[in-house]
Parts: sequence; C-alpha cells; structure tokens
Amino acid sequence: MKSCVIVFPGSNCDRDVAVALEASSGTPPRMIWHGESELPACDLIVLPGGFSHGDYLRSGAMAARAPIMRAVAAKAKAGTPVLGLCNGFQILTEAGLLPGALMRNAGLKFICRDVFLRVDNSDTLFTRGYRQGQVVRIPISHHDGNYFADSVTLQHLEDTGRVALRYCTDDGLIRSEANPNGSLNNIAGILNEAGNVLGMMPHPERLISPELGGSDGRAMFDALAELVQCA
Amino acid sequence: MKARIHITLKKGVLDPQGKAIAKALSHLGFEGVEEVRQGKYIEIDLAGDNTDTARARLDAMCTQLLANTVIENYSIELDA
Repeated sequence: MKSCVIVFPGSNCDRDVAVALEASSGTPPRMIWHGESELPACDLIVLPGGFSHGDYLRSGAMAARAPIMRAVAAKAKAGTPVLGLCNGFQILTEAGLLPGALMRNAGLKFICRDVFLRVDNSDTLFTRGYRQGQVVRIPISHHDGNYFADSVTLQHLEDTGRVALRYCTDDGLIRSEANPNGSLNNIAGILNEAGNVLGMMPHPERLISPELGGSDGRAMFDALAELVQCA
Repeated sequence: MKARIHITLKKGVLDPQGKAIAKALSHLGFEGVEEVRQGKYIEIDLAGDNTDTARARLDAMCTQLLANTVIENYSIELDA
C-alpha cells in the first residue's frame, strides 16, 4: 500500500501517523512537503494533525490554500482515499473537501484526553475494521474541534450515513455530557459524499499498540492497508 | 488604497468566545451587556486607484481566504 503524508509547517503528528501506516501496511509512507505541486501515485493520502501555520487566521485556513492541496483535491475527486486527522480535518473543511467548519471548543479550552467514540458507519474504507455501533477509545487533542454545519447540510449528512464517528459515553450513548467540544450531534468524524474522504478530530494514530496505552486506533490503519492492496 | 475588513460570525452560529467576554464584563460590574459577538478586523493596503477593481479583488480575497463563509460574514470599507 502506497501512502502519502502531507507535511505542513507546524504539522506535528506526521511522524506518528507514518509509524501507524508502516505498522499496518509494512511500507513507510512518502512524506510530501506542502510546497510541492504534484503527488506521486498513491493509494491513500493523509493530512496529519498539528498546528499548520500556527493556526493563523483560522485553523487549517492557510494550509488549505497550500500548493499541494490542488493535487490533493484532484486526487480526492478522482477517488483516492483521503484521511484528515485533527488539523487534517480542519484543513479538509477549509479546502471545501468536506462540508461544515470546526470552531473553537464550546468550553474555550484546549482538550487533550481520551474520549469514547461510537462507529456510526462501519461500511466505509476507513471504519470497516470496526463493528457498526462499536465503542472505541481514542484520544483527542485540540482547541478547535467544535463541528458546525448549517441545518440543511447537517440533515443531509445524517440522512446519508456520512457521520462516521460520534462522541459517546463508555457504553455508547450519545449524550451531551460525552460531547467534549460542543460539536453538533456529537459529530467526531464525517465523510464526503463519495465516501472516499474522512475527516475526524480524534487521533487514531496515537493508540495503535498496547505500549502506547491502547490499540483501538489500529483497526483503521489495518483496514486501509488491506483495502488498497486489494484494489 | 486602504481597506478595512470586518469578519463576524453569522447569526445562528454560536460564539462561545463572545459569551465568555459577556460574562467577564458582567463580572467586572458592567451591567446591561445583552450580547457580545467577537470577530476579526483586517487592514489591507492595496496598490492602484480604481475602487471598483479594488472592491472586486477584496471581495475575492474574503471569499477565498479571509473569511470562512460557512460560518462568517464579512464587510469591506474602502478609503480611496
């Protein structure tokens, strides 16, 4: 499985996700600098977490206009799977590859802790390693993760199964007390219309082995590695 | 030419920072603060003297980068 990780100035989870990709696929990803304008042939593109451009103007706003993002958008349109984690999710919304926006956390604080997520759509390239409705423990680490979309967009996401992941209690209930950042409908991760782009605020790459305190994130990378090898 | 751009959150978009500011003002004893909405202010110096062209360019700058029109509105003031 050939993957590319896009590296922006201020990305800081690029190496973590590279480790996760190599652990699952056996092949290290190509690391691509944001100033490049072309992408090599690849089966998966990852936009990693971090604080690209210092979160200036809005989180992800500058990175979304980087030269490489034109190539990412073209590949996404052509069907290449694209995974945006944390800042990567913010960049995907800023680039218009996913609907909505990620606003300042409702409590205004930066939150770094494990949360529980319910897999609300396991029939995707990214989540097929999980059972429908499975509850997983994955860390979040962000200041701007409060998902917002207008009511028409939100309803459309809900009606078409594009909410892949939701913040939940440890027993899988969608409650406001399990919502760390004020996201509408407890949304933690969404898909684009074609299903080949997933953005999520939590960090699956941070929990891929028991030595790291858990391995609930591993199934996402295992699924991606398998799927693209078959394709 | 000098342009002043105000960027504000759209109506209906929750503004937790504005709420926190309103609360802090009331803690300081300022009464009657009914709502606070916070936003951004950007100044741009532009070459050229055609205000129509400048306005069109500023509008494009706002939609392409300066504002996120999913959640924000913008207004442009231009000093000729």
